[in-house]
Amino acid sequence: MKSEVILHINGEQRSTVIRQADTLLVVLRHLELTGAKPGCLNGDCGACTVLVNDTPIKSCMMLAIETVGQEITTIEGLHDTAIQRAFVEQFAFQCGYCTPGFVMNAYALTTQKPDADEETIRKWLESNICRCTSYQEIEQAVRSVLVQKKR
Amino acid sequence: MIPFDVAYYRPSTIEEAVQLFSSLEAEGKRPLYYGGGTEFITLARLGRTFADAVIDLKSLPECRILSVTAHELTFGAALSLSTIEEANSFPLLTKAVREIADRTARNQITLGGNICGRIFYHEAVLPFLLADSRVVIAGKEGISEQSIHEVFEQYMRLSPSQFLVQVKIDAVYNKLPYVHTKRRQQGNTGYPLVTVAALKKDEKLRVAFSGVCPFPFRSLEVEERLNRKLPLDVRIANAIEALPSPVLDDIEGSANYRLFVLRHALLDVITALEGESA
Ligand SMILES: Cc1cc2nc3c(=O)[nH]c(=O)nc-3n(C[C@H](O)[C@H](O)[C@H](O)COP(=O)(O)OP(=O)(O)OC[C@H]3O[C@@H](n4cnc5c(N)ncnc54)[C@H](O)[C@@H]3O)c2cc1C
Ligand code: FES
Ligand code: FES
Repeated sequence: MKSEVILHINGEQRSTVIRQADTLLVVLRHLELTGAKPGCLNGDCGACTVLVNDTPIKSCMMLAIETVGQEITTIEGLHDTAIQRAFVEQFAFQCGYCTPGFVMNAYALTTQKPDADEETIRKWLESNICRCTSYQEIEQAVRSVLVQKKR
Repeated sequence: MIPFDVAYYRPSTIEEAVQLFSSLEAEGKRPLYYGGGTEFITLARLGRTFADAVIDLKSLPECRILSVTAHELTFGAALSLSTIEEANSFPLLTKAVREIADRTARNQITLGGNICGRIFYHEAVLPFLLADSRVVIAGKEGISEQSIHEVFEQYMRLSPSQFLVQVKIDAVYNKLPYVHTKRRQQGNTGYPLVTVAALKKDEKLRVAFSGVCPFPFRSLEVEERLNRKLPLDVRIANAIEALPSPVLDDIEGSANYRLFVLRHALLDVITALEGESA
């Protein structure tokens, strides 16, 4: 079953034809928004994380049709944000495959929970896996942004 | 990718949802209610479930309620686990849901999906079993409210046209002393080897489990043995003899290992609730 839908992505309206059974990840990538990565497709790795109404979501586990009328933000919609700069400054990646997912999650954390305590940081970052094990640097990047915000 | 076609419906009233289910069935379709979709999408991709229509419950106002009055707490079945976590209105439930999956997944997983889904851990149900909660269920026969103990026996005994609308508890339960512990094989986000949730009411322990047997449970027999005035290790050994089925024995953990973990978890839980007297 196919439908023509309008999705609100990164502040733009994108008209597209989708199968109602398509996940958001599949549709985003067909729209050439390939920042959200297919990893496990099972909800475990977080490589596919995007924001739906500012909330981090694993796009491999949501139907695209559910997001009609909602605001989707992908890594392509972030430009020179504090968390992106921090990832570069802290060398918070090696191969970079997990990076868009981590950045989206960390962007939501640092913008929505500027007072996040250690437990909150830990709980949020547990949603993503980095096969290159850049965990320490990623945590440092998140902390550096939180510290800037508290100043 | 989901290897079959699915029609997506998003009704805005309970009546419309039930009506849709009936009319789709009458057309020869296989409809399924849909919460966060995480389990449906995962199993569908693997060819382990099928539906040609899904009825999303997330726009039903009754399923989105989270209300706290002096007497009663009500949790809508379409609330995400992270919404429940942030609201923190029933601390034992907060603790239980915070240990399910990971934060991003909890933004999607719904209370109803966790309690009614096919994946058998159903960890969010444990606090509700302990709190003698009531469940509101909608279906072809209308809307009814029943004790959770009448409906949840190893899993939610719903007919296909029925869905969980709300779970309610008396407000007294959110003030009782509680302990919740989840022990995993490794890491901080996986399924449990053993989860034990407990609270103390009228000087008696109430205890519910997930990961021990292939279904979550609260057993009055197990509780009675744990409450006897005997040395703690004897109480625990007696309680383990009364488990309602053989202990899970799978790739996550052998039965012997789970039993070892269970003994320690019970020791910690009871010591925490009874203090020095344990
Ligand atoms: C990464 C990951 C980790 C997980 N870890 C854990 C864990 O540690 N512990 C644990 O207990 N679970 C865990 N789960 C399982 C998870 O809790 C279930 O997949 C989830 O509960 C399904 O919820 P959902 O809202 O996405 O359900 P859906 O996928 O929407 O639905 C699942 C099933 O429940 C039915 N259903 C949904 N809502 C209702 C309702 N209101 N009334 C009647 N039927 C309904 C649907 O028809 C369907 O059959 C994990 C899942 C993932 C993806
Ligand atoms: S690809 Fe979505 S969580 Fe791994
Ligand atoms: S940088 Fe390679 S997976 Fe994280």
